[in-house]
Amino acid sequence: MSVRVGTADFDVSAEMARIAGNDTDIGGVAVFVGKVRGRADGQDLVSMTLEHYPGMTETELERIETEAQHRFNLSASLIVHRIGTLKPGDNIVLVIACAPHRHDAFAAAGFLMDYLKTRAPFWKQETLANGKSRWVAAKESDDTAAAAWRSKPAD
Amino acid sequence: MTATPQFRPTKPESDSPGSREVVLRYFAWLREKIGTGEERMTLPPTITTVSDLLHWQVTRGHPFDAAFAKPDAIRVALDHAHAKPTATIANAREIAFFPPVTGG
Repeated sequence: MSVRVGTADFDVSAEMARIAGNDTDIGGVAVFVGKVRGRADGQDLVSMTLEHYPGMTETELERIETEAQHRFNLSASLIVHRIGTLKPGDNIVLVIACAPHRHDAFAAAGFLMDYLKTRAPFWKQETLANGKSRWVAAKESDDTAAAAWRSKPAD
Repeated sequence: MTATPQFRPTKPESDSPGSREVVLRYFAWLREKIGTGEERMTLPPTITTVSDLLHWQVTRGHPFDAAFAKPDAIRVALDHAHAKPTATIANAREIAFFPPVTGG
């Protein structure tokens, strides 16, 4: 179980090999990669800058990972989140969930992303082709997705 | 007849209830509106909850009045943990204010 926050890009295969290692109890690995879209609300995007709250970010990501361990039968997991200025097509976030069976891997990856979206202290600012910058507004659908997990108690 | 001197124990300032020095942190558009990411502040003793704190910010004049005009739109963390408006500030040393998060 680990979390990492930084400006560097990640290599999905290398990260997967690193956390799954030689654990032959793992029967399934779910990987999610979040990327920067080139368009936002019909406008071309030049870049996206991610700000975060150093200290709280790592603490909160670890809390989210611990919660996932309680809810699902997980063998290993990883959250990597980038900060700084990124271009369309760049990777933003990587979530890997390894489990003996696929249902736990899929569900845990979904849970980690839903919680990260509503609890980890990151903020996105978009710079548009017209030269303007704007802070991305939080989506109600993200709150709804996280709330749906809360109504499902951990086993 | 000698009057017994009245002994009045005094507490150090930092232990007095409700009045303590804290670090306030601001992020994203809130940081931009306020013009700084961090300030040290001794909170008025009347502030006990997160909600009290949000409403106190509005009373601080420019630029806080505009930045905190919609307190419901602002989230608060006490010592790196999310806190609801009803939460008690207690002995938190670092209090952060920010818009709803948008990572991932």
